[in-house]
Amino acid sequence: MVVPRFWRERRSRYSLIGTRCPVCGTVYFPPRSVCPKCGRKSVGKMEEVQLSGKGKVYSYTIVHQNVIGYKYQKPYVMAIIETPEGPKLTGQIVDVEPEKVHIGMPVHAVFRRIAEDGKAGIIQYGYKFIPDEE
Amino acid sequence: MVGIVTYGSYIPIYRIKTAEIARMWGDKPEHPEKGLGLFAKSVPAYDEDAATIAVEALRNALRRKNIPGDKIGAIFVGSESHPYAVKPTASLIAEVLGAYRAHAADLEFACKAGTAAMQNVYAMVKAGMIDYGVAIGTDTSQGQPGDALDYSASAGGTAYIIGKDEVIAEINHTVSFVTDTPDFWRREGQRYPSHGGRFTGEPAYFKHIMSTAKMLMEEAGTKPEDYDYVVFHQPNGKFPYRVGKRLGFKEEQIKPGLISPYIGNTYSGGTPTGLSTVLDIAKPEDRIIAVSFGSGAGSDAFDITVTDEMENFNRDAAPKVWDMINRAKYIDYATYLKFRRMIVEVD
Amino acid sequence: MRDVAVIGAGETKYGEHWEKSLRDLAVEAGLKALEDAGIGAEDIQAIFGGNMSAGSFVGQDHVGALISDFAGLAEHKVPAIRVESACASGAAALHSGYMAVASGLYDIVLVGGVEKMTDLPGDMVTDILAGAADREWEVFFGATFPALGAMMARRYMYEYGLTREQMALLPVIAHKHGAMNPDAHFQREVTVDQVLNAPMVADPLTIMNCSPVSDGGAAVVLASADIARKYTDSPIKISASVAANDYISLHARESLTKSPSTIEAGKKAYKMAKKEPKDIDLVEIHDAFSIIALIGIEDLGFAKKGEGIKLAEEGQLYYDGDLPYNVSGGLKAKGHPVGATGVGQVVEIVKQLRNEAGKRQVPNARVGLAHNVGGTMTSSIVHILEVM
Repeated sequence: MVVPRFWRERRSRYSLIGTRCPVCGTVYFPPRSVCPKCGRKSVGKMEEVQLSGKGKVYSYTIVHQNVIGYKYQKPYVMAIIETPEGPKLTGQIVDVEPEKVHIGMPVHAVFRRIAEDGKAGIIQYGYKFIPDEE
Repeated sequence: MVGIVTYGSYIPIYRIKTAEIARMWGDKPEHPEKGLGLFAKSVPAYDEDAATIAVEALRNALRRKNIPGDKIGAIFVGSESHPYAVKPTASLIAEVLGAYRAHAADLEFACKAGTAAMQNVYAMVKAGMIDYGVAIGTDTSQGQPGDALDYSASAGGTAYIIGKDEVIAEINHTVSFVTDTPDFWRREGQRYPSHGGRFTGEPAYFKHIMSTAKMLMEEAGTKPEDYDYVVFHQPNGKFPYRVGKRLGFKEEQIKPGLISPYIGNTYSGGTPTGLSTVLDIAKPEDRIIAVSFGSGAGSDAFDITVTDEMENFNRDAAPKVWDMINRAKYIDYATYLKFRRMIVEVD
Repeated sequence: MRDVAVIGAGETKYGEHWEKSLRDLAVEAGLKALEDAGIGAEDIQAIFGGNMSAGSFVGQDHVGALISDFAGLAEHKVPAIRVESACASGAAALHSGYMAVASGLYDIVLVGGVEKMTDLPGDMVTDILAGAADREWEVFFGATFPALGAMMARRYMYEYGLTREQMALLPVIAHKHGAMNPDAHFQREVTVDQVLNAPMVADPLTIMNCSPVSDGGAAVVLASADIARKYTDSPIKISASVAANDYISLHARESLTKSPSTIEAGKKAYKMAKKEPKDIDLVEIHDAFSIIALIGIEDLGFAKKGEGIKLAEEGQLYYDGDLPYNVSGGLKAKGHPVGATGVGQVVEIVKQLRNEAGKRQVPNARVGLAHNVGGTMTSSIVHILEVM
């Protein structure tokens, strides 16, 4: 059973903690220790920043053939979400009829079970997205 | 003044109509409505559990008023469906809040673990140990398919942050009552709870709620007519009216806080969410009495007065209970079984 | 740097090889390439083997040593190094072999690629392939590899008005060619309707927009150009070998409809080979998903952004058209044994440039381009080959 691999990511997965480059101001999610734009100037200076969880659908798909652990969620909607802070991130959109999802749809992050290590292992929690109220 | 500083609820979007459940088991479709006063119940999605509901309820509370994690001194999470048998839900909440210095613990007392959490936090604030504490009642309760509980066992939760500054609802008094009455239970390792049928009524629900409510009003020196709202534990749509009537409350005091007809019995989330529904509409000076019941059996009661601070409080920053009740997606029984993992195993 | 030539090429049939193991496939391809070059294993000085995930597919790592051993080289102490760059592992191995010979370190090397994928059930294969994406920030949340491809396709459709019907032309062309390749996994033609009505993998991609899970191996023998004619009358020069990389996760990129790594690798490869897109007689483009092929066609300079599909609509991509595309059948029809694919593309180009491709022979082919990518066009490797 795997524990630390998931445990060490908990803050970003629970609370959308990313990083900001103090040199150019670009926000990254997940956190990075080097800004790809500023390189060495940013090393050791990246600052933590929390995303608001707001966003819009940048692209999406309805998954019918799953990776291990997602068998009973299919068909499920995967999306790339564009955030107002800058970074895009990948996550499921839930509580929605897949056919209603569209590019540009406003969504926000919610806290859900993402995966679990079999019946006896650790439950991994993190972000998914749901449509904003119409 | 010690009381509620902010609050928030969460009800999953999915519902199953009780008539659909009746269809499965050969009951008349009107039976659950007429017999139990239940029209529908909330169903957690495949990826929801008592912990995710707790986090969403808490986030709704924080949307209304943000209390930084480092100011939170206690976290109690009451549930009978904690995702782990061993491993606290409260530690997950602490991590989400960034409340690393909090006293954190899970509680279980059938349907009253949520109010037990509130009472614990209230006590710690009142004792001066902490400035703010989080109390959550949350459940994805289990009902065995075909059992009477299949009509009612639902999912939802409410989070309260209790403190002494900028209190929107003062807790004037709180009392409890407990006896060893096994009306409903689940043995270790059993998937579904068992219950004593009609034994859950008179010697359990009614005796405990009535005893606690009377004790509270005696301590507070109040009568039923002194209250604008009364919230009772709501295992179905009928018991709260029945116990209220026997205590001398009127239908209009009971109805605003009675949501089980539309979402079922959210167990540890029940009384806290009923109270949350009332706080969504309450005005300064309104007085509320809330009485929970937990099988096994006990009851906690609270005498609460809404303060002027409610005028400054941003209730609209998070969805109200009725917003969430109205935001429903109805599913069939097969989908219900899938979501509740009754026909699938983890792969 | 000195010029490098391919002096031998060989591959196994791609497909479901129930009776052949990872080492069987690797050795079969290697021996064919050596035989084609007219040399023995003992004549080579180093092996570079492309393989994505034998450790996960069959529990075998240290693939270089295994292959070298079973190719009969244990007695010769020949170095054998495995190269990994997800689905571009094959081209990455070729890039390594090219550098090794061009630098003067070795005169003759064997470059192989192999993958044994069909021993595992589908969801496990899907999970292993998803390792080419960001495991913690894409796959963890449920993104399959086709799901990422599908999001590229969806965005492309949104930005450029591409339809599923148009996108279906690419697998139709690939299968038309695959039907003429006796080494292809699928040797049958398909129609647009069959592509559109196939089971959905990740909307809008059906299973016919996705390359199959295949077993296979491919190998080429490289020699320095000055000695190449000692071994063959028709050496094929590697005029360019260029690799470029991008952000591993799709969401980290500014655009989902172009591949900066393919653009970069393509530009540098044309410069290195002193060629332009119009000089290319045939292309093997990475079509793990139809959308990746379409973006590849555009980013390699064969069409303007948003207009790549016109080449398919105009019939230019058939083996007898202006830009013969995936005449081997491509990843879609020839198959996609991931570690072998990049080497197999070059095997096809070598056959074509030697005029040995049979029914699917491109007339007067003198210059070919191979485009192999790893991940969601994260790692792009471009090779240009030409008749010496």
